[in-house]
Amino acid sequence: MTATWRSDEPGPFAEPWEAQVFALVVALQERGLFTPEEWAHALGRTLRPEGKPEAAADYGRWLATLETLLAERGVTDSASVQARSDAFLRAAAATPHGEPIRLANDPHPSP
Amino acid sequence: MAQDHDHHHDHPGHAHGSSLTPIEARVRALESLLLEKGYVEADALEALIEMYETRIGPHNGARVVARAWTDPAYRERLLADGTPAIAELGIGGRGGEHMVVVENTADSHNLVVCTLCSCYPWPVLGLPPVWYKAPPYRARAVIDPRGVLAEFGLTLPEATRITVWDSTAETRFMVLPLRPAGTESLSEAELAALVTRDSMIGTGVPLAPEAGR
Repeated sequence: MTATWRSDEPGPFAEPWEAQVFALVVALQERGLFTPEEWAHALGRTLRPEGKPEAAADYGRWLATLETLLAERGVTDSASVQARSDAFLRAAAATPHGEPIRLANDPHPSP
Repeated sequence: MAQDHDHHHDHPGHAHGSSLTPIEARVRALESLLLEKGYVEADALEALIEMYETRIGPHNGARVVARAWTDPAYRERLLADGTPAIAELGIGGRGGEHMVVVENTADSHNLVVCTLCSCYPWPVLGLPPVWYKAPPYRARAVIDPRGVLAEFGLTLPEATRITVWDSTAETRFMVLPLRPAGTESLSEAELAALVTRDSMIGTGVPLAPEAGR
């Protein structure tokens, strides 16, 4: 059975961040923020950008879809996600190699 | 796979610090904002990842198939109404609320796709492989199923009728493949070991008995 599970990929997630995105989407669905049907249709829209070829339903598109849905529902907006993301990048650069990256390590936190 | 791994070793310019890729930072940002706002809980997220990495996968579907091969009454219940029959084996939950099982026969073959995105029967098959989510499979499974199957190494007789099923968020399909010849003496567990993920999507057939043991 192990052989069939691993027939072409080592597991369901290629990178830890993919697993994180997956878990966020499922947890928010279970909390009722959106239904599986709403999720599938929102993902379907992300995969079909106007004037461009259809995209793969990979976890990068899951992330983009999640951000769109959260903005539509007024939960987060793209500016705060960007600001927090920049803070994590600064925190990472200030974290010695081998230690966990924590937001508290951001040397220039925004007010 | 999902344990924290904060460090990339291919950026010599950052030898004294750690680094995150832009997408890693973005996911962390989203997660930390949602945790702060109380929309998600860290323990629940970890449990979800652990479940899909270790416990939910095609071995679940393989048990369903092996039971259907060995118990005709179960097979009938499974084909008549998939979800409750699958639940009899303790398998079910999110992504499998409405399961439809379609049976291959000597002269008909079934193939499952999600043309919209990547809808897939999670409780029985786990999360979909990369190719299932990619545009070529999503588009060509419908237009040219025979050609797609040939690329998977499966050449069916010209006379075999192929039916393509489009899974959605509401209804998710699983294939009940044909039991391989020469398996009369095998136990249910031995049969389950022959059932591949691809055979339950329809892009493959079960292993031959020698190969699975």
